[in-house]
Amino acid sequence: MINDALQNRRTIIAIIFSAVIVLFIIRLFTIQVIETKYKEGADSNAFLRKTIYPPRGLIFDRNHTLLVFNKPAYDINLIIREIHDLDTLAFCQALNIDKAFFINRMAEIRDRHRNPGYSTYTPQVFMTQLSSEDIATIQQSMYKFPGFYIQNRTLREYTYASAAHELGSIGEVSQSRIDSDDYYIPGDYAGRDGIESTYEEQLRGEKGVEILLRDAKGRIKGRYDNGKEDIAPKAGKNLTLTLDIRLQLLAEKLLNGKMGSVVAIEPKTGEILAMASNPSYDPSVMVGSQRSKNYIQLMKDPTKPLLNRATQAQYSPGSSFKPVQALVLQQMGGITSHSMFACNGPESYPIKCTHHHGSPVSLLDAIEQSCNPYFWNAFKTTLEKDGYGEKNAIFRKNFNEWEDRVKSFGLGRKFTDSDIYDQSRGFIPSEKFYNRVYRSKTGWRAITIRSLSIGQGEVLVTPLQLANTQAIIANQGFYITPHLNKSDSMLKHIHWVKVDPKYFPIVNEGMWRVFEYGTGSAYKISNISMCGKTGTVQNSHGKDHSIFVGFAPRENPQIAVAVVIENAGFGATWAAPIASLMMEQFIKGKIERTDLLNRISTSVTNYHVKER
Amino acid sequence: MSRNVSIKYALDWTTIALYVILIVIGWLNIYGASYNFDQSTIFDFDQRAGKQFIWILTAFGLGGMLLLIDAKMYSIFAYFIYAATILLLIATIFLAPDIKGSRSWLVFGPISFQPAEIAKMATALALAKYMSSYNYKLKHWKDLIPPGLLIFIPFALIVLQQETGSALVFIAFLFMLYREGMKGIVLVLVSFAIVLFIVIIRFSIVPLGDNQGTLGMVIAMSLILLIQFFYAFIYMRDHKEALILLGGIAFIALISYILNSWYIINYNYVGIGTAIASSFYWFIIELIKRFKRYWFIIFLSIGSVIFSFSADYLFQKVLEPHQQVRIKVVLNMEDARLGAGYNVNQSKIAIGSGGFWGKGYLNGTQTKLKYVPEQDTDFIFCTVGEEHGFVGSTAVLLLYWFLLMRLLRIAERQRESFNRIYAYCVSSIIFFHLMINVGMVLGIMPVIGIPLPFFSYGGSSLWGFTILLFILLRLDASRLEHAW
Repeated sequence: MINDALQNRRTIIAIIFSAVIVLFIIRLFTIQVIETKYKEGADSNAFLRKTIYPPRGLIFDRNHTLLVFNKPAYDINLIIREIHDLDTLAFCQALNIDKAFFINRMAEIRDRHRNPGYSTYTPQVFMTQLSSEDIATIQQSMYKFPGFYIQNRTLREYTYASAAHELGSIGEVSQSRIDSDDYYIPGDYAGRDGIESTYEEQLRGEKGVEILLRDAKGRIKGRYDNGKEDIAPKAGKNLTLTLDIRLQLLAEKLLNGKMGSVVAIEPKTGEILAMASNPSYDPSVMVGSQRSKNYIQLMKDPTKPLLNRATQAQYSPGSSFKPVQALVLQQMGGITSHSMFACNGPESYPIKCTHHHGSPVSLLDAIEQSCNPYFWNAFKTTLEKDGYGEKNAIFRKNFNEWEDRVKSFGLGRKFTDSDIYDQSRGFIPSEKFYNRVYRSKTGWRAITIRSLSIGQGEVLVTPLQLANTQAIIANQGFYITPHLNKSDSMLKHIHWVKVDPKYFPIVNEGMWRVFEYGTGSAYKISNISMCGKTGTVQNSHGKDHSIFVGFAPRENPQIAVAVVIENAGFGATWAAPIASLMMEQFIKGKIERTDLLNRISTSVTNYHVKER
Repeated sequence: MSRNVSIKYALDWTTIALYVILIVIGWLNIYGASYNFDQSTIFDFDQRAGKQFIWILTAFGLGGMLLLIDAKMYSIFAYFIYAATILLLIATIFLAPDIKGSRSWLVFGPISFQPAEIAKMATALALAKYMSSYNYKLKHWKDLIPPGLLIFIPFALIVLQQETGSALVFIAFLFMLYREGMKGIVLVLVSFAIVLFIVIIRFSIVPLGDNQGTLGMVIAMSLILLIQFFYAFIYMRDHKEALILLGGIAFIALISYILNSWYIINYNYVGIGTAIASSFYWFIIELIKRFKRYWFIIFLSIGSVIFSFSADYLFQKVLEPHQQVRIKVVLNMEDARLGAGYNVNQSKIAIGSGGFWGKGYLNGTQTKLKYVPEQDTDFIFCTVGEEHGFVGSTAVLLLYWFLLMRLLRIAERQRESFNRIYAYCVSSIIFFHLMINVGMVLGIMPVIGIPLPFFSYGGSSLWGFTILLFILLRLDASRLEHAW
């Protein structure tokens, strides 16, 4: 009894059945192969990617004394989507915060302008860098607050309250940093200044990831694939600095009550042995949750403790520029080691001499006695040696040569191949500069720029640059870029100055005489032959700056020093003894002149500088 | 024993093979879905996979037993089985404990059982028995009433048990009725009603202009007019009336659009007015030409207009809030990520994350971490999708397709109407379960909690489908025994 008439209906039914299955297969293809959003959804669902932060690299001084290390700290993170049934009051009590803070903080997190990385799915930072005491209470009751997590972090700790400017600090990464470097996510920390910033990539190590499986209720169900996909964090590399912490501490001690800086360089290697700036601050105040508060306080301080005077402050070098001047003028053929010029003492024109000595003066005497008329005459003679020429062309050519050779001493520009953070350029005026200032190429002559001859006027240097010029003189013609990281050698970064080594001995001898017979003789260390030059720099801010540059021992220089004490008077009074004590400490390993040490370290030249 | 020997040859082993394959794959996926990293074995009887293993063994035993019963018995006892099942369904309403709002489970100690699973088989047998009797022929609309009642009684009882999902399965019998002579227009009408319903629910929230009606109603009326037009175009000899109708509709639409520049005109009423006016136009032509087919189009138009207006009401008043939400989720009217849409969204995430090749057996994360609800019962297909990817899911769908095609072939080779009707019932029920279940998991059907045949965890469902299928296999095996 087969119903033939209706048998074609079997086909229609088969078509309907098949069509639905084909539709399902198309749908499967769409969501499994074409669409990607479901795969992402699955990841954020089931995988809790817990970042494991690596310990940051430790920092040692050149003698392997530990300077910077880590101590545990904790962040409180939250995932908005996972928060439910939050007992705000209990939460605030456990964290010891008030409710207003909580509400305010939540509003900040949700504000996309202030928190561009906001998402309800990803961890957001609620509070950072809490100490173990801070989280002691909440740690036990964390289970009551679903959606909140404790993230282990580390804080920097310092063995010595020293070298704050050089070491730098760590702070939360900025949005621009996050955008430019995939390594960071909001809430991460990175070096903000100093060594911490320059060597961020070495110190930070590599973050690890622990992939945990999380069920629909947010409970952790174990590690994904038994931890096979986890990435272990790689600890940051330790860093050995060129600093000698004893020398650094001495420098800071000597600067006590003074406004200024000390830079000490090992001439052979360009390694910075000490670099101190006062006023300064204790690096441990720039750590953790207190950082921003303290930072603002330091910013407002009129003595500018945040300014690293050693690398950022710019001064006219005054007489401390004379050794460089003597070298360049010899090289340019304007003077020889035998050139003599008359000195009329205070009567001299256009520049007076502040010292009392015979006349005429030789180059050697001029350096020893810091004779201004000599250097003015030498400068003038050199620049005018071929006459002025058409539109001063010859004069300007000679001036350009002078500028070029002076700049080869690392002046008027930053050490771009150095790891020193935040340097100032200093300033060596150029022909262009004077053309502009005097409005024409013929508007200025040697007499116009006479101040340059004695290191006053437009020329500006940083204490770091000044110390480097001493390394050059100690090395008789070259310098290695000054740097702070001892781990990788900078010997390839050798820079020969544009002055022939044959011109150096006479300057060297002149500077030796400063310690033997001249302005520095009071601070000569017995048994060590030392070279130096004082500087007393007029400036518009009051009393003269006291400057001293030098190196020792003369035969085998181990240390080149520059000291600048702002508004303290004669170079010989303050800067010279400080430089001398620095040399003694480094060469002898101890200070025998304890009376001098006590006197200098307890004297106050600037009453605004707070006692540390 | 001679009959048993003949069964061995007459039995459709292809179907049995597909049945066993689906059950085993389902069982492995139940293990995958409830696998919880504790490395328990698939035979751990405290776990669902272990329990399912017992259900599978007993189902095989049950299937074997059913094959031993004389094929004639099913026909002879069809009404008896039906009556007993109806009584059981009534008893269940009163005896069953409240499980998540549903009163459909009879609990005997550790075992619980859902009579609704048996009701499908019982209804199929009764329908087969009634419709295969020599004095029954499905020719007129009124011939639909007795089978309709046979279907409606268990349907209503199951609705009373708060198991709307299981009750909806009875719609599947429409395929069988169609095969047995029900007019194809019924299927078309049902489809048209569903389309109208979806259009109105989906787009009634989209307003037109400034208080000028809703997009849903205007689309619905346009659909009705379009059907009138095609109907006219097919059945008119000179197409003139159809063109007049089209012109009239365009004219009214244009006028109302232009008038809208000055007056606010509700397009809903314009649409309804047009539909009614065109029906009147058909009525006039009917009076003149005495062409009987026009009554149909008149009733269809008027009926559709009334349905369109009541659809919103039906949706709001007849459906439970959670059912409304489930429909809204499918129609993308609700935020699918949380709340009501959570299940479906998680299900799509799980399947989508499987990709082309899948994550590999027992490597799925979404299903194992309980993101997908009901992952070993109604949402078992997610595990396939996540762990075996597009390839695996397509393979499973193709297995079902082979099974369905095989069942249709079995149905058509029967010499007795009873067997054929029963076979169509079985294939329709399996198809309907597949369509609703997989459609739900893929987010193209509302969430209706019915199991995937042979796949989902659960004894009742597995037993129910086994009984359904093995009665058919027994009937099929008897086709060679003798002619009636």
